[in-house]
This record gives sequence, structure tokens and C-alpha cells, in this order.
Amino acid sequence: MSLWSELLEFGEPPRPDYTISDRDQILTRVSKALEKLPNRALMPLYDSKVVIQHSVLAGRDPVEVLGERMQRVNTKLFPNPAAIVTYLESQGWLRGYCAPALWRTFKAHFGPNFKVELHFESRRLDDYQFSITLAGGAIAETGTIILTDEISSSRLSSLAPWAHFAVILREDILLDVPAGIRALGLDRSTIWVTGPSKTADVEGILIEGVHGPGVQGAVVIEQRVK
Amino acid sequence: MNGRKSVDQAAAELSAETQASVYHSTKVTHEKRTKLLFDQYKNPDQLRQWAGEVKQHVIDNLDSYLPAVEARMQQNGIKVHWAATASAACHTVLDILVARRAYRVVKTKTMVSEEIRLGRFLQHHGIESVETDLGEFIVQIDKDHPSHIVRPIIHKNRREIAQSFEREGLGAYNDDPKTITMRAREHLRHKYMEADVAITGANFVSAESGRIVLVTNEGNSRFCLAATRCHIALIGIEKIVPRDQDLPLFLNLLGRSATAQELTVYTEFIKGPRHEDQLDGSDEVHVIFVDNGRTDVLESDCTEILRCIRCGACLNVCPVYRQASGHAYRSVYPGPLGAVLSPLMMGKRLFFEKADLPKASSLCGACHEVCPVNIPIPDLLLRLRNRAHVRGVAMEGSPPMGAWSVLASQPLAWRTALSASRVLNRLPTDLLPIPALQAWEQSRALPEWRGGAFRKWLAERRRPS
Repeated sequence: MSLWSELLEFGEPPRPDYTISDRDQILTRVSKALEKLPNRALMPLYDSKVVIQHSVLAGRDPVEVLGERMQRVNTKLFPNPAAIVTYLESQGWLRGYCAPALWRTFKAHFGPNFKVELHFESRRLDDYQFSITLAGGAIAETGTIILTDEISSSRLSSLAPWAHFAVILREDILLDVPAGIRALGLDRSTIWVTGPSKTADVEGILIEGVHGPGVQGAVVIEQRVK
Repeated sequence: MNGRKSVDQAAAELSAETQASVYHSTKVTHEKRTKLLFDQYKNPDQLRQWAGEVKQHVIDNLDSYLPAVEARMQQNGIKVHWAATASAACHTVLDILVARRAYRVVKTKTMVSEEIRLGRFLQHHGIESVETDLGEFIVQIDKDHPSHIVRPIIHKNRREIAQSFEREGLGAYNDDPKTITMRAREHLRHKYMEADVAITGANFVSAESGRIVLVTNEGNSRFCLAATRCHIALIGIEKIVPRDQDLPLFLNLLGRSATAQELTVYTEFIKGPRHEDQLDGSDEVHVIFVDNGRTDVLESDCTEILRCIRCGACLNVCPVYRQASGHAYRSVYPGPLGAVLSPLMMGKRLFFEKADLPKASSLCGACHEVCPVNIPIPDLLLRLRNRAHVRGVAMEGSPPMGAWSVLASQPLAWRTALSASRVLNRLPTDLLPIPALQAWEQSRALPEWRGGAFRKWLAERRRPS
């Protein structure tokens, strides 16, 4: 019996193993197993659009669909930036972060009682009660916010504060999930956010805000104030 | 894990309270899933069939997909490693940590890391590895095992969890689920910020783009990947989908099948290390492709089980899982999927250790009906039962079938036996010296013997009136 077949027969080789790399071992075993197949399954011809919920979209205004779908997953859609600031004030959340690109859009709405920073310091992440960041887009069909590394330079700013508000440009709203996949492009890290952070690990009871935001908000605007 | 008890022994010993909570939560999840799929799609079965065909295509062509995905990831700046065994996978992780002088790790829920017992291995080597999924965190502090692949602590109630939190110094006893969750939030966010390395699994990998797709509801994987500088992804070699455009189908079915959601809350697409303009996240991304028994499955006649996307729908619908809960399966993967996968992953040499699991099924077929990748689980269970039979694996509790097969193949003997067996109604059957029958009768009673009734009915029916 060769060393090779011994390795196969007796499972785990001792480590470190210089006789054969794990890569070769795995790929050889894969090829050997597949050689025996009389036919290999073909890729089915299907259209990735089959998963689109056409009844949800049905030629309606994307912003209207987005709002309705966001409500289903408990993302609060605000009519305008001023409404977000009013909400923050009503909750008593006055310390937060605003992405620099959105400062001009929001600046006028913040009263003097707010303490808003334009740089997110991750070592003080508990100091921020809320954050406002620019989204890469949204998916109307599922009420999803798209956050990209390309658009936002701080992943933690949209995650760590208790309340996060995503600002979505109307032109960036995509209709359905396949469109969202097509839009991934070259971004190194994209995250889709469909509602607040949640868990049902304890007795199946739904609790929001387990690691990320307990309040997830969004607003659609025509354009940023430059 | 649960010694060598059989699934029905474990089920018999399960506390009524645990059994009720497992039964209730699996049933609720299953019913919501069905409603969601059938409300929104005219023919959800078609989706499952396509998804199954796509995954089978990948499995049948892994010899070309694996090198392709490796090359694509390397182009994206990801370092690709391979691990044939559990021990190789653990050591590869350790080598990366040592090279970075990293001794604090945050982990998301990954079934592969459960398979290879990574947590215990790292602890043994002096590395702090913190589970960040709330359920897995509780499993970790209790030194327990997950009992469901999506809901790891389906077997625990809030009082047990509150006691564990108190013991671990996370605050005075409080069994309010919201308080428990908020205490975990406070505790874990500091763990993320202190950690050097994040370890995750992967739900899907696209061969076309080399993108890793990770889904969580809690957002813990995002926190892991935002707060640390090094990302290690442990990925089973079967996790590949051919193209990015196949992802909508799988994300759709995964969210609906696992937790009855249209999409899981956080769906992350990771293509490589962070851009220099990004303040948060990994400079280094390592992928470890793990075999650990998967090529044994590929060599078997049950390769369909490699389509599995770990949604847990078959657990939720299974009448045996609902009675027995997850620990009864003595394996990382419980339920119908586990009854197929776990014995196969033991390899040919150790198959016998778990050869009894495929018997823990009534073959009702519900698992096949709900499977988002259309795995014919009952067929696979039968193939494995046959494998155990052919290899002569002795199994406790299995009645001897020799006499039955003689009777059943000879009509006259059969007819005589049917009527003669009426004597059973007058015998104290639980005292008969047949161990299998005694075990069975411990928790059940035989119905009255009515042998021959059907033949009689049929004969009368044939008679012209």
C-alpha cells in the first residue's frame, strides 16, 4: 500500500505534513470522486428574475413601494431630513454623528442643544446615540438599505449607535433584488440592511438592537445640498 | 455529545418543558415559512427545484469550480488556504493568528467551526475566542452544544439563560429577554473593539466574482468585520454558487426557509481587503476551504446532501426532531439533514458510529417537501440504512427481521401467521423475552391485533352482490 492510499484510508495525516499539500489532497479526492459520475448535472436554464415579487412592484412609484416594504421590516421611513431631527429631539437623542457629505443637508435642522460630530471616533463608539450616513442605494422590493464602502468611509458609524438613519438619493433606488446584485460592482464590502439588528434566540421572542441599531431609519431625498 | 444514547432514548429522557419549547418554536417557524412562500409565489416548488439543480451542478463540477474560485479570490487580494481535516483547519487558523501575534478573536456563528471544534482548540492554545451570535455566546458560556443549526439555544429557557448571565458576572439575575439581550450588547461590543481577528463562515461564495456572502440577523458579522483588521473565513468546499446572478434565488430561499424573512436583516458581500480610504475593516482576508469529510460524501451515493444551505427548515418540520431536539443526534448537524450528513462525514472507517441516525425518521417526507434545494432526504436515509445493513453494522434496538422475511415471502405461511397471531391479544407482550419489543413497549402500547382483517374485507368486496 502506497503512502498516498494510506493517507486516504486512515484519514487525518499528522501535522505538519510535508508529503502532500492539503490543496492537492482535496482536489485529487474531488477529481477521483467525480470521475465515477456517468453524467454531471447541467446548469439549469432559469432567469434570475423569477424571484422578483412582481405583485409588490406592479408599476408603482418605487419610493411608495420602498416605504411600504420598509414598514414591514420595521425600518422607519421619514418624509424629509427635518423630520429625522424632530424625531431625535422627541427621543432625547442629542449626541450623534453626521457624515460630512450630508452636513449641509442637515445642518440647518439641528438646534443648539444637539452635539453632532462629523468624524466618527470608533474608540468612543458608545458616545454616539445616533448616526446619519449616506447610503449607496436601496432596494424597493424588500425595503432594503444598501451601504457600500465606496460611499461611506466608516462601517462602524452606521452600526454602533442605537439609531441609524440612512439617506437615500431617489435616483439610487433599485426595484428588486437582482438589480441590487447587479449593482454590487467593484465595491470591496457592501451590506444590505433590511430592518434593525434583531435576534429571537431567547425563547423565540423578537428583540431589536442586539448588536447594531435598535432603531433603523431612512429618508429619500432628491439631491444633497452641496 | 450525549454519550452513545440512541435518538429515541434521548427523546424519552428530554424534559417535558424543553420538548414543549422545541416543538412550539419549530412549528411556528415552519408555518410562517409556508405562508410567506405560498403567499408570494405562484409556484414556490419551481424555485426549490432550480436551486437544487444549480447546487447539484456545482457539486458535480467541483473539480473545476474550486480552482476557479481560488484564482478569483486571489485576484481580489484574498489569501486562500486549504484544510483536508479538522485538525488542519484549526492549525491553519492558529498559524494566521500566530503570524499576527493575535490573541483575541471574535467569531460569528459558523457550522464549520463547530465541526472542527475551533473554540476549544483556540482556548487550549491560549487564545480568547468570543462567540458573538447571542445564541452561540450563551452556548459558549454554558460549555454546551448548539441544538439547532439556526437557533442554537432552542433547548434553553430564559430562566436558565438568566442564571448563566448572573454566573458570568453580566449583572444580577434578570430573565427579561430584552434585558438579557441588552446586557449581551454591552458586553460584546467591547469584545469586538478589543479583538485582533474576526472568524466567520460563509453562506455562499460566487465563483464568478469570488465574493463571499454572509447573512446574519443580529449584525454581529458586520461588527466583527468593521472592528478588526484581519478576517478569516472558514468555508466548506461545497458552498459555491456559479454566478452573482444566482444569489437572489438562494438569498430568497435561505431567508424564507430559515426564519421566514424575505431577506435576512444583514446581507454582506465581501470581495476583498478594505480600500485604503475605508477606516474600518480587514487589511487581510484569509479564506480556508475545509474538506473535513466532504470528499467522503462526494464519493458516496448521497452527494445531494452537499446541496444543503443550512437553513434548518427540515429540522423545524421533522416530527422526530420536534420530539427529540438536537442533542439526541450526537452530532453538530441534527435533524433530517444531520441524520444523512453526520454518518457520511465520519468517513468509511467510522461510519458505524452514527449508522443508527438514518433510522431516526418515519420517512414521512416532510423534510424533502420543505428543502429549499430539493434534497431527497428520505431517499438518502434509505440508502444509508442499506449501507449500514450491507456493512453489517449491528444496531441496538433493531428487531431481528429474519423470521419476518421468511413469513412474508410465503403466502400460505403468512396467512396462517396472520390469524394465529391473534393470540398476541391475550399475551402479556411486554413480558416476552424480545429486547427490542420490551424497549419499544416501555413508552408505547401495541394496538389490538387485527391481522387478516384487510384480506377478509378484500375477499368480500370481490364477491358479486
